[in-house]
Amino acid sequence: MTLLRLEPRGEASRAMVYATPLLAVALTLASGFLLFWAMGFDPVKALHAFFIAPLLSLRGLGELAVKATPLVLCAIGLAIGFRANVWNIGAEGQLTLGAITGGGLALAFYGEGGWWLLPLMIVAGMAGGALWAAIPAFLRVRFNASEILTSLMLNYVALHLLNYLMHGPYRDPDGFAFPESRLFEADAVLPLLVAGTRVHLGSLFALLAVAAGWFLMARTFIGFQIKVIGLTPTAAGYAGFNQKKIIWLTLLLSGALAGLAGLGEVAGPIGQMNPTISPGYGYTAIIVAFLGRLHPVGILLAGFLMALSFIGGEAAQIALGLPKAITGVFQGMLLFFLLATDVLIRYRVRFGAKGAAGSGVGRAAA
Amino acid sequence: MSAELALLGPILAAMLAAATPLLFAALGELVVEKSGVLNLGVEGMMLVGAVCGFAVAVQTGSSTAGFVAGAAAGAGMAALFGVLTLLLLANQVATGLALTLFGVGLSALIGQGFVGIPIADVPELYIPGLTDLPVIGKALFGQDALVYLALAAVPAVHWFLYATRKGLILRAVGENHAAAHALGYKVIRIRFLAVLFGGAMSGMAGAYLSLDYTPMWAEGISAGRGWIALALVVFATWKPGRVLLGAWLFGGVTIAQLHVQGLGIDIPSQLLSMLPYLATVIVLVVISRDVARIRLNAPASLGKVFHPDA
Repeated sequence: MTLLRLEPRGEASRAMVYATPLLAVALTLASGFLLFWAMGFDPVKALHAFFIAPLLSLRGLGELAVKATPLVLCAIGLAIGFRANVWNIGAEGQLTLGAITGGGLALAFYGEGGWWLLPLMIVAGMAGGALWAAIPAFLRVRFNASEILTSLMLNYVALHLLNYLMHGPYRDPDGFAFPESRLFEADAVLPLLVAGTRVHLGSLFALLAVAAGWFLMARTFIGFQIKVIGLTPTAAGYAGFNQKKIIWLTLLLSGALAGLAGLGEVAGPIGQMNPTISPGYGYTAIIVAFLGRLHPVGILLAGFLMALSFIGGEAAQIALGLPKAITGVFQGMLLFFLLATDVLIRYRVRFGAKGAAGSGVGRAAA
Repeated sequence: MSAELALLGPILAAMLAAATPLLFAALGELVVEKSGVLNLGVEGMMLVGAVCGFAVAVQTGSSTAGFVAGAAAGAGMAALFGVLTLLLLANQVATGLALTLFGVGLSALIGQGFVGIPIADVPELYIPGLTDLPVIGKALFGQDALVYLALAAVPAVHWFLYATRKGLILRAVGENHAAAHALGYKVIRIRFLAVLFGGAMSGMAGAYLSLDYTPMWAEGISAGRGWIALALVVFATWKPGRVLLGAWLFGGVTIAQLHVQGLGIDIPSQLLSMLPYLATVIVLVVISRDVARIRLNAPASLGKVFHPDA
């Protein structure tokens, strides 16, 4: 017990705030090396296939942006909530609802769309996500029910709802009972931004969200209130900040962004409705938010890193036959290492017994 | 005997079985929370317990070894959580979420070679005469050992918490860790043991799912039961006896959902599958709206970081 001791720092270390994410990435890669080795793969080859090979082509870089888009959109909203101690972990469900409402419009106006359809779908997608997030917000504000549990439960409900729609109203009438919708028509699909890739307008929205998120948190009174409520709820109470309003605001905002992410998936790379819209973007976005230090710019970087873990997982599966589940293990490990190394921000690690520095007598006695 | 009554027996038995994993996981988490720690990683520990239990049972051919392995795997995951939150003072909410995300990935990785493999059924109790009783016979006297173990755990946990000195100390640590520390109790050690117990119980819950309830391994086999168990602890206002009530309620909803269609009521199965999750939300709302009661019963130090020097 006395071999290793945590000594509180006078104040939080700025350097460590930036250093620990890098340290966590390094530790994850080291663990990945050992993991691949233990599984009987050549670790250097496997890590190369996982983390480097996808970056060596324009197509690969494009895919990186495509995968980072929903992650960043969701994580920006989640992080703003986390700052206020509002734990929305229902981004996966809100994303699904955004796809259901926005994508539903594409199907409803199939064959009779126009220039107005896509903007309408975007609005509907955001509204759908916000509506889904409004449920935990209402239950928290009105009935004091934990938003962690209610938002999470609604993820499962949303998934079953999607499943129902795909086996019923949304199914392609000419699709031989496959649970897939018709392919969206051209006026219901987000335009591509870079030729030769699948990068679509949604990526631009993600960048806008980063800028808007930064502005909200750094330059507005609302952002200030969010931070104060998160750090010291009692002080926020004395200052007269309306905590209920902030709960509503952060949940609606993160829901709308997650809904936009969902709409971006079905009107972007997928191009139709199907029962597996997201490989867990809403959950991975939680990791992205923490890895990015709950800061919009950090989230942008973290979003690319996590996107790499998705496409790296797919690439390594194809190239070396690595199991796809490795992606989830990597993502979980990364968050663990980040949380573990975060102790360095507020504490120094000291070796030896307390007060042992320069006192051989004390150590001998202990 | 009428047809409805004949149906009631199997429904009752199935309800008890469906309640069993919730009972294990929620009782474990209850002890953890009573010690002042909030571990949101129940779902992840359950999944790893499920896959490890299944793998060991397949390799050894012994379901007992499987259950022990499941409990050990759950405790191993919990140890990870304990090191991070208790020794390295990480945020408990974030670490619990990490544990679940990690558990989902790890269990899928371990389980990839075990998908679709059949496994021998766990033997069920048979007492001539009693098990053959109409309606209640199968439910009360025809279950397997784990169902009874889970039921026995309810009074056991209650007795430990409220009738033993160790239980009193654990509750004291959960109410006011600074005072308990000042009295000389090893706050971190006590919490670590509670966290390990919670992990083992979650692991058992998972192993019950993969070895007995389903019985097979499939990715994400727990399907949110770990989260429902967390909600159950709140529903029970941290009282073991009420956990039993809640687990039966959810077992009932789960089974009702399967039987509604059999009764000729025409609702799409996907919508019926939402029922347990919606029921969880409703139950949470009903309990949580009484703010005073939650405040009175929740451990006062729940989720707060403890550092002896601070």
